[in-house]
Amino acid sequence: MKDFFSKTDLSRKDAESIISETLNKCDDGELYLENSQSESIILDDNKIKNSSYSSDLGYGLRAVTGEVVAFSHSNEISKSSLKQSANNLSSTLKSKKGVYNHEILKTNEKFYKDVNPIDEKSLNSKLELLKEVNNYTRAKGGIVQQVTANFTGEHKSVEIIRSGGEVLTDVRPLIRFNVSVMLEKNDKKETGVYGIGGRQSYDAYLKDDNWKKVCDEAFRIASVNLESKPAPAGEMKVVLGPGWPAILIHEAIGHGLEGDFNRKKTSAFHDLMDQRVASEGVTIIDDGTLHNRRGSLTIDDEGTPTEKTVLIENGILKNFMQDRLNARLMNTKSTGNGRRESYKHVVLPRMRNTMMLNGKYSQEEMIKSVDKGIFAVSFGGGQVDITSGKFVFNCTEAYEIVNGRIGSAIKGATLIGDGPSILKEVSLVGNNMMLDPGIGTCGKAGQGVPVGVAQPSILIDKMTVGGTQL
Amino acid sequence: MVKDQDYLKKKASFCIDLAKKLGATDVTAGVMHSISETVNFRNKKLDESDRSDSLEVALTTYIGKKKSSISSSNLNEDNIKTLIERCIETTKITPEDEFNSLPDKDLLATKINDLNLYDDDHIENNKKIEYLKEVEEAALEKKEIINTETGFTESKSNFILASSDGFLNGYKSSSFSASCVAVAKNADNDMEKDYEFTNTCHLHDMVRPDQIGSLAAKKTVQKLNPKKIESEKISIIFDRRISKGILGVLAGAISASSIARGTSFLKDKINEEIFSTSVNIFDKPDIVKGLGSRYFDDEGVKTDELKLVDHGVLKHYLVDTYNGKKLNLKSNGRSSGTSNLFFEKGSISYKDLLKLNSRTLYITETIGHGSNLVTGDYSVGATGFIVENGVFKYPVSEITIAGNFKDIFKNITLADDLEFKYSTNAPTILIEGMVVAGK
Repeated sequence: MKDFFSKTDLSRKDAESIISETLNKCDDGELYLENSQSESIILDDNKIKNSSYSSDLGYGLRAVTGEVVAFSHSNEISKSSLKQSANNLSSTLKSKKGVYNHEILKTNEKFYKDVNPIDEKSLNSKLELLKEVNNYTRAKGGIVQQVTANFTGEHKSVEIIRSGGEVLTDVRPLIRFNVSVMLEKNDKKETGVYGIGGRQSYDAYLKDDNWKKVCDEAFRIASVNLESKPAPAGEMKVVLGPGWPAILIHEAIGHGLEGDFNRKKTSAFHDLMDQRVASEGVTIIDDGTLHNRRGSLTIDDEGTPTEKTVLIENGILKNFMQDRLNARLMNTKSTGNGRRESYKHVVLPRMRNTMMLNGKYSQEEMIKSVDKGIFAVSFGGGQVDITSGKFVFNCTEAYEIVNGRIGSAIKGATLIGDGPSILKEVSLVGNNMMLDPGIGTCGKAGQGVPVGVAQPSILIDKMTVGGTQL
Repeated sequence: MVKDQDYLKKKASFCIDLAKKLGATDVTAGVMHSISETVNFRNKKLDESDRSDSLEVALTTYIGKKKSSISSSNLNEDNIKTLIERCIETTKITPEDEFNSLPDKDLLATKINDLNLYDDDHIENNKKIEYLKEVEEAALEKKEIINTETGFTESKSNFILASSDGFLNGYKSSSFSASCVAVAKNADNDMEKDYEFTNTCHLHDMVRPDQIGSLAAKKTVQKLNPKKIESEKISIIFDRRISKGILGVLAGAISASSIARGTSFLKDKINEEIFSTSVNIFDKPDIVKGLGSRYFDDEGVKTDELKLVDHGVLKHYLVDTYNGKKLNLKSNGRSSGTSNLFFEKGSISYKDLLKLNSRTLYITETIGHGSNLVTGDYSVGATGFIVENGVFKYPVSEITIAGNFKDIFKNITLADDLEFKYSTNAPTILIEGMVVAGK
């Protein structure tokens, strides 16, 4: 754990007194200190394209009173800098009259180990492995035109000091390994991308030649797309595969259940608590407590221990995801969803690992039940308009379904739907729940945070497929 | 106050000297400082104030043809020293790449004509609040508006770019921006939102607050009660918010890195007609107070104006040093991408463009990341309006539009309403032959 006060004229005691003075008569707030190292090594076009290393240090001082947030951050941890931030906050919050909420849960449970993935594996062995990845993937044949592979690793120490001197800390490892393949055949080019990762050391994922599976998968997806035909256009039945396609849940439902949008009444879900928002059999949770997962956190960025939050139970809306500010204003408790990208960013309610739980049907039964539709196995990015509820996501691997059978692969098409109504169109929930491989990053208000998703296969009765074939 | 040039130069020179001493044959260093202050307002009440102070150093060391980089926001000298040592060690074991090098000396920027990119004006938070109140008051004049969120950001930055070849230059810039997001509700409790904003280099060039508020409200209310339309092939008009995206796709596809890697649908299309013959596209870095203006790219290479597309024909890629060497091309100072990129305006008025077809789909917003630069395939979610004989009839949502950029580029008609609101700008554009997926 980093000692933030070792190389500065700011002592812990000074910091504590500045914090307590600034947060006097505020409802909430803290000093958030962060030290992170990250690395990125990229192999591209047969060469090591880039090896870079970054080390960041800084603080964010936040005061909250009523609905108002005052925030100031700097990468200079010093007495003068922190005092200037404190002055900025105080000038914003002139007429504050809050009562500081000292209550915060504590936990001894940790959902990942304090490993430093960057130093744990030597640079040489990472470079060697990238070369092996390149050779292995290119050996799959002359149609391989381009291979890009990269490691990214991060080690982040976080310290939260609250008014009164309460301290909460966390050390968070995070890695990702990614392979992208471009194939060319008969003048047609297609790419396939696959990756894995989470809050563990590299070798937890790469041992026993596991990396080969990543290369194989990227190659397979690109090969499928080489044989793809244009996608159909219009409303039809859609079967979603298990695992990563749960990005649909994340976009369509998840964002709309974040506390801030509901407190502000800009989410289509804000007045639907305890009402039916999904078909019977649909249960969705947001879980920060899964060991070593990309979206997991021992404590969130306000210091609240994370938990398993039930959002929708058997179709009924049960909870929103909350940080401390929105929880207080909505008379409920934080669910440990208060997150920030870094010390440079304010806390917002954000998802962790968002998952739809198992139902009782097999994927086979779902496909058999469809006369005309598509089977979507993997997606690129998605996006949602919280207010209208409309969301999209892009297929990176999908097939047509004709008379209950999987047919040809179809080109990447966008699927579009309406968040509040889509879960009512879910007619069958599968029994094959799968976690995603650990690759998701969610963007909101310019902040990116690592997240996870999971789901079994599901059958959606009606969605619009944005292809070109009328 | 942002740190001055002397301070940044000292830091950069310290890094260059140290890296040389530790064994680097070439070094580049960048030191950036920025301060920004934001005030956010919601429903006529203060919501958030945010002050950001950020100093960062980025350094790349070369040993012969080997290269590695570091960056840090911890400018403590001990820390910088540790990082540079680490960078040198990493450089030593990183494999050689024959194309790694500093830019050719004769391409480096030497003279700088003042483009007036910095405004020393400072606007206090209480003045920002006054501005935002006016924005919200104007927006809330429409009774359907139930929620307004506005923000005002002032930012100032300064940087120095230095290299062991002797390049040592940088400049200050400023930005003032304000935005308004409005939410409207209909009788059935269905909601829509839309926005308006202003973003300028100089404070006094900002659009008046009441205009921002009224426009945001008007655009939002227009979207209420949308219909879903049938799947069909139909002429599409891209509002200026969306049409500039076509230039973004072009810029991505003609970047030297996509070309060198062979992952662009425009590879080998140089000197070929890729747009309709009436289309001209410029990238002009030297617009006074331009949002994308710059004196040199992030390698220090001078950036001249380029006519990227001349009467439909692609004339240049966007070339940086590394990929230029791979392609046997000289850098044209586009290591940081395009600057002020725009379509030369067309000859038909906006009104006439709306009337060109008896029925048109007018797109005001797209969502999703549906542009594939390898294949040129395009498929995104969209919202907009059905226009009949030049008249806006009703809003449309939950549809997708799809096509391929190779076709889209050749089937566009540009209106004459080009304005410079972003760094990349396009007039309103009509596109024939795209497919809409709806019901």
